[in-house]
Amino acid sequence: MEQYLYIALFAPLVGSLVAALFAQSSKNIFTGIFTSTLIFISFVSSIILLYYVNANTIVNVEMMDWISAGNLSISFGFVVDQVSVIMMVTVTLVSTVVHVYSIGYMEHDESFNRFFSYLSAFVFSMMILVMSDNFLGLFIGWEGVGLCSWLLIGFWYKKTSASWAANEAFIMNRIADLGMLMGIFLIYWNIGSLQYDIVFASIVNLDIKIVSWIGIFLFIGAMGKSAQFPLHTWLADAMEGPTPVSALIHAATMVTAGVYLIVRAGEIYTLIPNVGMFIASLGAFVAVFAASMALVNRDLKRIIAYSTLSQLGYMFVAAGLGAYWIALFHLMTHAFFKSLLFLGAGNVMHAMNNELDIKKMGGLYKAMRPTAILMGIASVALAGIYPLAGFFSKDKILEVAFNDGSYILWAALFVGAGLTAFYSFRLIMLVFFGDKVHEKFGIVPHEAKPFVIYALTPLALLAIVAGFFEHSFYEFTTQLLADYKFTLDHSVVINLIFATSAIALSGIIFAVYKYIRGGFSEKIENWRIYKLLLNQYYIPKLYEVCIIKPFATLSRFAWLNIDNKIVDASVDMIAKTICSSGEKAREMQSGNLSSMLRWMVVGIIVLLVLAIFYRPMV
Amino acid sequence: MITLTHYLVLSVILFSIGLVGVMRRKNLLMLFFSTEILLNSVNIGFVAVSHYYGDLSGQLFAFFIIAVAASEIAVGLGLLVLWYKKTGSINLDSLQMMKG
Amino acid sequence: MFEVIAFYIFSILTIIMFGIVVFSKNSLYAMSALAGGMIFISGFFFLLGAEFLGVVQIVVYSGAVMALYAFGMMFFDTTRDVKENIHYKKILYSLSIISAVLIVIIMSAPIYSANIESLYPSAIEGVGNTQIIGLVLFTKYLIPFELAAVMLLVSMISGILLVSKRMDMNLTEKDHYEEKGEII
Repeated sequence: MEQYLYIALFAPLVGSLVAALFAQSSKNIFTGIFTSTLIFISFVSSIILLYYVNANTIVNVEMMDWISAGNLSISFGFVVDQVSVIMMVTVTLVSTVVHVYSIGYMEHDESFNRFFSYLSAFVFSMMILVMSDNFLGLFIGWEGVGLCSWLLIGFWYKKTSASWAANEAFIMNRIADLGMLMGIFLIYWNIGSLQYDIVFASIVNLDIKIVSWIGIFLFIGAMGKSAQFPLHTWLADAMEGPTPVSALIHAATMVTAGVYLIVRAGEIYTLIPNVGMFIASLGAFVAVFAASMALVNRDLKRIIAYSTLSQLGYMFVAAGLGAYWIALFHLMTHAFFKSLLFLGAGNVMHAMNNELDIKKMGGLYKAMRPTAILMGIASVALAGIYPLAGFFSKDKILEVAFNDGSYILWAALFVGAGLTAFYSFRLIMLVFFGDKVHEKFGIVPHEAKPFVIYALTPLALLAIVAGFFEHSFYEFTTQLLADYKFTLDHSVVINLIFATSAIALSGIIFAVYKYIRGGFSEKIENWRIYKLLLNQYYIPKLYEVCIIKPFATLSRFAWLNIDNKIVDASVDMIAKTICSSGEKAREMQSGNLSSMLRWMVVGIIVLLVLAIFYRPMV
Repeated sequence: MITLTHYLVLSVILFSIGLVGVMRRKNLLMLFFSTEILLNSVNIGFVAVSHYYGDLSGQLFAFFIIAVAASEIAVGLGLLVLWYKKTGSINLDSLQMMKG
Repeated sequence: MFEVIAFYIFSILTIIMFGIVVFSKNSLYAMSALAGGMIFISGFFFLLGAEFLGVVQIVVYSGAVMALYAFGMMFFDTTRDVKENIHYKKILYSLSIISAVLIVIIMSAPIYSANIESLYPSAIEGVGNTQIIGLVLFTKYLIPFELAAVMLLVSMISGILLVSKRMDMNLTEKDHYEEKGEII
């Protein structure tokens, strides 16, 4: 089985390197096909591994010794167990679809080859992240996906906004990564190893305070990568990148790495329910917070980004409350329908000549029926309507919150579910139905190429049926993860399901009803709350005023005063001193023997003084 | 009673006279004379130390110094004569070809 | 008592002689004073019981070296005094005085002198100074002695060559010219 592991891991790397060879040359369809094929091979290997792990046991390989210095010994090891194999399959599946989709999406782009190189490199980093059997390997993958995310958000680096967004994402992630690193240090400090199995075996013996700190620090890392409040602003801005990137990185895989970390380190978090509760509360808050921002936004991709944020909040609720398999399940289903939604949005964007304002679209259903259907499926799944995937996973999370007795969390998630349904269908209605506003702008929409649509069908299929695998998923993952015990009565569960479905349905119906009749009046745009939501609760502004501007002032001060006047000046001074002393010492070389002899006597005096004061150790 | 210190102080006085000569004179011949003074002052020191410590090495060193002085003068005077033939001057200030 | 008187007389005379060497404008005077100073120095050697060295001093310096200088000066126009414009007099004197003081400090501080041990005793019963020097010179210091001999030979040859031949011309070059029959 090891060879499948290596194939799954290194096929994307090979693809990336080969594509990178052509990075500077003009568009070559070969790179797209080649990388897609390799990713598909990786996907097939992952599936084989999934069957193997299901039937037999986990695969653990040690590729080589990596760092061995003193007592520190870390090997480059990989593990394929129930959790990582689920992640592998999800990642490679979505990646395959996104790769194929990108061949169509990026076909007019000059840097076609470069794009595929980055994209495959991202998949490779993500595979390292999920397959590593120790925290350091995870961290390497973590940084690798961060780097690829930076490269891909700033893919159109000539656009100022794109490079700004890339830097924002990168810097925010660095802040969080510091927390993560501290967590890893703490683990190593107290346990002396970073292997998952050793850490989890001995974490029980540690002082609960230390475990709490480890949990908190690791969660800070997760917060950055999964864009949880207050480090969430980068995700919406990251939509500057190409749409396939948004689908792959900022919806399906990378942003869920935080959830994966919490699930992976579940054995730590079960020891510290207080931290878990905090994670869950923050998740619930983000779920509603992000959903509310999605309500009023007019940018097609940003709406979906906020929706991603909100769904990540749901996952964190489940993970924080100890229902790890449910978090993982929602992660998987979400990956399917959210990437589908994004890729559909990409089609719409292409059709609208990169117009993103949904108020300027409308009536696209006739022109792009397949896309509309696919996005509809994704939205229904996102809203959580039976029998689509989102229903099963999201509903379970609500059950968990209820079961845990944290009714406030449940209420928040419940409201969030309604909001989700509303904004999803607001989007669908504004884009595909209603008046053809886009005709005013002289845009003629066109459907994407057939192979692009076909590439999306697996995702659509999974978005529909993935929910039915809930039970086998549960059986499979709880071999490794801690089981979550429901203590609710069956009738309560049924009631809950009905309640959730009802609010989701009512959200959908409200949206459909409202937007079929032309939507809300312009007046609400003057409402204070509307403005508050549209400006993202003024948080970016707050950051700019409270952090960016003072920091810029500080940097400017440091540059002008410390760097210029102290660092540079001292360096200059050294150079000037040497130069001028050389200039002056040149006069010694007068060529006159008399003056040379005088200097010689000076030298003799110096030596004599030395002879007096220098005392060799006797 | 004359002690070693007397001799050494004398040697130092002669040495500094030699140093003054070396630095002061511009006549190259005088420079050679001054070097002789320097060497001789050192010789006095060596012989005095040899006498007061009852060790012969000092005298032998003085002996070798005399040999070195003799050969130095032979070569140095030869060069000086050559220089004089070439430039017609033994003034040190005319010797500035090495000015940097 | 005799020793003290002799030391002071010799030292005063030596200092005066060397002072003349350094400060006199006339090079002939300077040379004569130097010769005198050398002889007085040999007086110290006799005082210190180094008779052989004293004799060598007179023979080598007053005889050979002074003769060399005298011959050398014949090449130069000694009647035409070299004009010496001397700058930095203060620096010059202070430098030599400082170095003198420093050396005195070093010598008066008994740093190493306590550890000195006599390797080659200078006085053995019934054996004269010359004899002992001969013994040490041809046993312990044989190699330096031979080297000194070679060095003197080399310097002699170079002295002869430098003064006699025209050294501004390459020797082979000269032969080349002679073959062509040109007069040099």
